[in-house]
Amino acid sequence: MHVDQMNTYSFTLNKIILQALSSGALWVESEGLLCVSDLHLGKSDRIARRLGLMLPPYESTETLSRLGEIIEQTKPRLVLCLGDSFDDLEAEASLSQAERDTLNTLQAGRDWIWIAGNHDPLPLSVGGQCMRDFSINGLVFRHEATDALFEVSGHYHPKHRIKNGRSRPAFIHDERRVIMPAFGLYTGGLSATSSEIRHWFPNRAIAVLCGGATPMPVPL
Amino acid sequence: MQTLPLAITKWFKDQRWSLHPHQQEVFERSAEKSLLLIAPTGGGKTMAGFLPTLADLMCERFEGLHTIYVSPLKALTADIRRNLMRPIEGLGLNIRVEDRTGDTSQTLKRRQRVDPPQILLTTPESLALLISYEEAPKIFSGLQRVIVDEAHALSESKRGDQLMLALSRLERLAPNMRRMALSATVDDPRALANEFAPHPATTHIVLADPGPPADIRILSSANRAPWSGGGGRYAIPDILKEIANHKTTLVFHNTRAQAEIFFHHLWMENESDLPIGIHHGSLSKDARASVENAMVNGELRAVVCTGSLDLGIDWGNVDLVIQVGAPKNVKRLVQRIGRSNHRYNAPSKALLVPANQFEIVECVAALEASGTYALDKTEKAGEPLDVLCQHILIRACSGPFDADELFEEMRTVGAFKETTRRTFDECLDFCATGGYALRAYDKWQRLTQRPDRLWQLRDPRAAARIRMNIGTIQDTDTLKVKMRGGGRTLGEVEEAFAATLTPGETFMIGGQIVKYEAMRELTVQVSRSQSKTPRVAVFSGTKFATSLELSERILRILNNPEQYRLPEQANSWIDLQQSFSEIPKTDSILIECFPHDGRCHACLYGFAGRNAQQTLGLLVTHRMEKLGLAPLGFVATDYATLIWGLEQVDSWPQLLNSSTLREDLDGWLAGNAVMKRTFRSVSTIAGLIERNSPQHKKTGRQATFSSDILYDTLRKYDPDHLMLKITRREALAGLVDFGRIEEMLERTKGRINVISLAHVSPLAAPMLLEVGKVPIYGEGRERLEAETAQILLRTAGLE
Repeated sequence: MHVDQMNTYSFTLNKIILQALSSGALWVESEGLLCVSDLHLGKSDRIARRLGLMLPPYESTETLSRLGEIIEQTKPRLVLCLGDSFDDLEAEASLSQAERDTLNTLQAGRDWIWIAGNHDPLPLSVGGQCMRDFSINGLVFRHEATDALFEVSGHYHPKHRIKNGRSRPAFIHDERRVIMPAFGLYTGGLSATSSEIRHWFPNRAIAVLCGGATPMPVPL
Repeated sequence: MQTLPLAITKWFKDQRWSLHPHQQEVFERSAEKSLLLIAPTGGGKTMAGFLPTLADLMCERFEGLHTIYVSPLKALTADIRRNLMRPIEGLGLNIRVEDRTGDTSQTLKRRQRVDPPQILLTTPESLALLISYEEAPKIFSGLQRVIVDEAHALSESKRGDQLMLALSRLERLAPNMRRMALSATVDDPRALANEFAPHPATTHIVLADPGPPADIRILSSANRAPWSGGGGRYAIPDILKEIANHKTTLVFHNTRAQAEIFFHHLWMENESDLPIGIHHGSLSKDARASVENAMVNGELRAVVCTGSLDLGIDWGNVDLVIQVGAPKNVKRLVQRIGRSNHRYNAPSKALLVPANQFEIVECVAALEASGTYALDKTEKAGEPLDVLCQHILIRACSGPFDADELFEEMRTVGAFKETTRRTFDECLDFCATGGYALRAYDKWQRLTQRPDRLWQLRDPRAAARIRMNIGTIQDTDTLKVKMRGGGRTLGEVEEAFAATLTPGETFMIGGQIVKYEAMRELTVQVSRSQSKTPRVAVFSGTKFATSLELSERILRILNNPEQYRLPEQANSWIDLQQSFSEIPKTDSILIECFPHDGRCHACLYGFAGRNAQQTLGLLVTHRMEKLGLAPLGFVATDYATLIWGLEQVDSWPQLLNSSTLREDLDGWLAGNAVMKRTFRSVSTIAGLIERNSPQHKKTGRQATFSSDILYDTLRKYDPDHLMLKITRREALAGLVDFGRIEEMLERTKGRINVISLAHVSPLAAPMLLEVGKVPIYGEGRERLEAETAQILLRTAGLE
């Protein structure tokens, strides 16, 4: 569907128009492709297992429900989850039946690709295709950035803050690549000005701040 | 009745000391289960506390831990040890006295668990840690006595609750144990005594003669105090003169930041090179220790300090205490003054230095109150269940436990004597399963119940993480500041402050100016700098609330200045307020509206106390947000609430309507920043989130996410969760004080006096620099953020 009535920030990578949504998802209208990164489903389960802390166990439900809203709005042909979709493979196994049902409903009638992340090496037991990376129309989608041109990646959970504002999840992009913010609810973040992220943007870059009424681009 | 061994009496005689009657009485009653001694500073409280122990250890050889001494301050334990070694050495006793605090080395701590000294000096947190070890039953089985120093200070906070829970555990491990609390003057000794006794036992109270009243004056300076600000810089020449005229002076400040700036300027004007040091809680352990030692050795003429030196530290040579800034609490003032002239029968000498014009009035009011011994009341918020949750986890760390036994134990603590089994079980369930409506953690419970019904940690390795997070002090995340190139640690700054630094910027720490270089592995790397305009590191520090009584006094003084002996400059300041605006009255609410720094400001004078003024700020800004008035933030003091925003407000009667305010109370309670802050503190204490984690320390990457997300998630999916219940109750009791707002509205009967001014008034000026500003994240701030984004884009030529 056409989403320019939604509040988006548009930019191009290899002449393809990409739209950053305030929710932290990326919409590629020409391909009917919706991309989200770092869902970290089952994070509370992993934290309980590994650290003995018992956080409110509702984050997978909430993350899937937010993803559902965006799918409802954009009606994508293809949903691409850009890695670290599950906090680890055991966390994937921990998904409740209700959460699995929700996921099945979201997947119905469209293609669904899980890209491998560092937390969730493939394969996965849920529906959808598993891939290491995915290319379409001269764009490449993978979990962690590489030196490749025209690349969409995640992994770093970038965040950024400007004067008068709060620290917000952010897309970081230049004319060569985009690094996506984490979509999952219980995900921390790494400052966009940190050397790990800046490394990929030696020159000028734009940070697109998410979480507000509209995505807010600022120079980085 | 106990009698003192001859050797001790003789040693006292040799020192030309005589026993005070209250010391004698304490000793005679030392076989009692629970005792409370109330004596002024300098009354030999600590000696009274330790006499029974010395007598016990003198009469028989004792192996293992005999006495635990608990104080709220690390610095105090070092000081006590020095003082205690004197009689021990004088009497030729073979007794080991050791500290155990956050500053004690790991090696010594480990050794103490195997081979404890006879006398252990510690803090509530270190004691809680000690009872969490599996060796606890062995360490404490022979324990005879527990001495709790500065009990009045501990009883005001959750640290006291944690300590009392630890004592309930010790009581079980060491049935012979006797407890003694030492306290400065309090308004209700019976309440303190009841809290201290192992319920239902009672505590006997020994009251010492309060001694002669203190000699407190207000500094009269030839220089004019400013309208606002807290530094007291104008008085530096006068203060240097006082320092030169006394042997040793302590200069107290209300905040660390103020102490830092003041010390810097004092040093620049210190032409006769008087040796002066600085001491506050953010400085490194070494820096603090070297100032403490120099002080004891008489090498310093003055120390600029904060609350870190506040409680009962025995500085023999101190003959003057200077308090810069109004003492926000009379009790604290009286205790601080106790620092000087540490002889029981001589009056102590203190000088108040008001930092601005308003504080002159505050000081006059405070002085009047201290003269009449009208000490402030402290209020607490019911059973602290978050502390109980932590105690359950601590208990689990030391080994399997029986829930019935633990329930019985904790009911002996005054604060929990009314706690029902149902509430206790709810806390236990929270510790075991998370206590969620969605029972998601069957596989990964934190505590599991064995077939023999005992509870234990599912994964014993979890104990290490729980131990790392023991304590109830909500320290904000701090980062170490180090000289670049492997230099020494200078102190700590708050993470939030560090995040605002850009390389090359300068700031002050430990009295020196440094330049920010980089952030490396969670330390702030700095180098020396000569900058003249350093920034000041922000420390949220402690906010003191003035008593309501003091607010009322101030209102009286402002309205009848001629009846009080005010300094001339204060009188003319009040006249100026009168002619430029108005003096707040008791029977109406004065609201001053003025532009400042490009924002619309409104100052509401309610004189209702800080909690009520804060609640008023939350309610009014909540309503303003609804009406599209784009508030940006507010700050509250005991006297007023200052609100700023993007739009001019002219609907004050509507905003201050009693029934709409009440209507809003519930709605706001859920979403506001204060609730989130309370949630963070409660859930950290209860062990839902961690303050310290090994991972965090290692990588420095922000692996954690904001506790606000957890709060919002719980509200949406599990609104009856225990943590939300505790948060709500604490916010209602401690912060809301809606009763006082209603009283204020009742008293003023809808009379609102709105005055539009061209700029800030004399009376509102101090509010502009007040700490503890509460930001409102709403339309206003989003508008500003969007504007900033526009400007950044335009500047970068990207628009």
